[in-house]
Amino acid sequence: MPEQRVVDADYLLLEAPRERKFITGAQAMAEAVKRANVDIAIAYPITPQSEVMHLVGDLWAQGYLKDYYRAEEEYGAMSAIAGAVRGGVRAFTATSGPGLLRGFEAIASWPGHRIPAVLGVLTRVVNAPLSIQPDNIEIAYLLNCGMIVLHAENQQDVFDFTLAGFVISEKVDVYIPVAVCTEGFFVTHAKGYVNMTPEDMKLPPRDPYKAPVPPTDCEIPPARIQRDAPVQKSNFMSYLIHAVWQQEVWASNRRAMKYIYKYLGGPIEVVNPDAEVFIVASGCAAAQGREAVRYAQMEGLNVGLVKVKSIRPFPEKEIREVLKKAKAVIVPEHNIIGWLAREIKATIPDNDKVIGGPRVYGGMTLPVELIMEKIYDVFGIKKERKVVV
Amino acid sequence: MKVVPGPAGYIPTPAVFEGVELPPPGKALLYGEIVDEEIAMREAAKALLTRRNPTIFPGPLVLWGWNASAMEKAKAVLELAMEIPNCRIIPMPDYRPKYPKIDPEAEINPNHPNLTILHNKIEVCIFVGVHCHYANLSLRIIRAGTNCFTIALCAEMGHEDAMVSLRDVHAEEIRRFKDVVVQVREELGIKWEPKLPPENPSLPKENWEALSVLDYGEYSYLLIPRKGEYVPESE
Repeated sequence: MPEQRVVDADYLLLEAPRERKFITGAQAMAEAVKRANVDIAIAYPITPQSEVMHLVGDLWAQGYLKDYYRAEEEYGAMSAIAGAVRGGVRAFTATSGPGLLRGFEAIASWPGHRIPAVLGVLTRVVNAPLSIQPDNIEIAYLLNCGMIVLHAENQQDVFDFTLAGFVISEKVDVYIPVAVCTEGFFVTHAKGYVNMTPEDMKLPPRDPYKAPVPPTDCEIPPARIQRDAPVQKSNFMSYLIHAVWQQEVWASNRRAMKYIYKYLGGPIEVVNPDAEVFIVASGCAAAQGREAVRYAQMEGLNVGLVKVKSIRPFPEKEIREVLKKAKAVIVPEHNIIGWLAREIKATIPDNDKVIGGPRVYGGMTLPVELIMEKIYDVFGIKKERKVVV
Repeated sequence: MKVVPGPAGYIPTPAVFEGVELPPPGKALLYGEIVDEEIAMREAAKALLTRRNPTIFPGPLVLWGWNASAMEKAKAVLELAMEIPNCRIIPMPDYRPKYPKIDPEAEINPNHPNLTILHNKIEVCIFVGVHCHYANLSLRIIRAGTNCFTIALCAEMGHEDAMVSLRDVHAEEIRRFKDVVVQVREELGIKWEPKLPPENPSLPKENWEALSVLDYGEYSYLLIPRKGEYVPESE
């Protein structure tokens, strides 16, 4: 293990020199953890994200982390993360699909407990039937728990979002967990070029006193509230404290937006802002959308892309602004319910122009041609489907 | 959105949801808008000098002498209190829910701060040394159900739901605010000789000379350093 020196977070994220490597998404996440001065990682390594926690386990063996252990299962892992973070350390874990849902009761309580941590979500099908193939429906479950939810398109995003996630999560006016999501297999097991900060630099350690809540004390909420809850009493005071507490979680979520601008260049990326038709996509659907824009431009069609990096906080204002003149909005997704299309429809006023799809799920890939079919429909171009035998 | 004294209603929308943003370093929030510190300080001073029952709510970061800067900050808070006519100090010593309810003359609690405000008819208050999460809960509950003008002297980035919010406030900044209070007081022609606020009537008299570590009960271990232990500055 090379000697690592602590550098300023802004310097590491925004100015430090970068070296290009050809690595998998799982390796990119582990490389970010290596540079994040993480104290502890706890996990129950579920397929297909197992390589992430395996690699983080290797980091512990090399001395990058102070502690690492495999929990009895996800509920235990996620509860232990909460305990470790309340105790004052920087923690990381990752999971996917059914594992995320098994740990979800604990995960959903992290924002209310004001737990700054990073959770890798390497998406896979939610059972049943049992499958381990990529499908990002599990992100829909994360959207309403108060966490910051970032969705990475590729290996570079995985590295950048994970490293920045620790910094954003620990800002005093934010102080809630960050989920860094990406598609299992398509990103985690595939290689791509990643520009990484130097291996011998790391973030400053977590300062548990720079916090909107005191460090662990079983006499103060939320620990005390768990034990003998005033919120379990039936009176208006109890309702009110829970209501303002929930407001504070979501207020913190919104405050994260300025840091998403600072460290990730904003919650969206726009390609061809003057386009007539937009593809709006997140995660690796954005990569396919990018390719569809290229195909369309080759055919002389004025198509643009909005890549949504931050799902929570959701960039409502930004999306409304970009899409205000669009004739149609195509939302390709890797899940059956179309959670991103719902978000877009709820965001823009003239939402009848949103085309929810194409959608693939259960592990299917998303061919660019599927997106092109929607583009042709919008432009009124008839293409004949031919079966080549 | 203009963040003004309430009552704002049954469950008002947090100022953040209405687009109020925390100020950058060197600036402050006044009624939800980013302004120069001096302007916000003057408006806060005016409220403290003209509204009924001005009260300071010091939180654990000021009340407990856990490091040198906390002690200095506590001193500065007392100096500020002395310059505000008829000012009282009601502490928020911790964030524990109290059963069956708190004594509103003795303390304020983030789970139901409105009780203390309403009982004492407080129309202007200062939060200082309260952890941001609990200050935000309190400020929202107060704006919802009372007509209290809230001033947040925050050591971090500030609070959107306060009428006046100053950021990065430590002992030096509190003393600067005190000078503004004195200046505005003189401009308003209010005569006042600096004096300490009255003792908290609900608390038993303490004999500081006879006070022993053991009087702190289960918390006494926090006060006794272990043999050879050196407690460094931690803020």
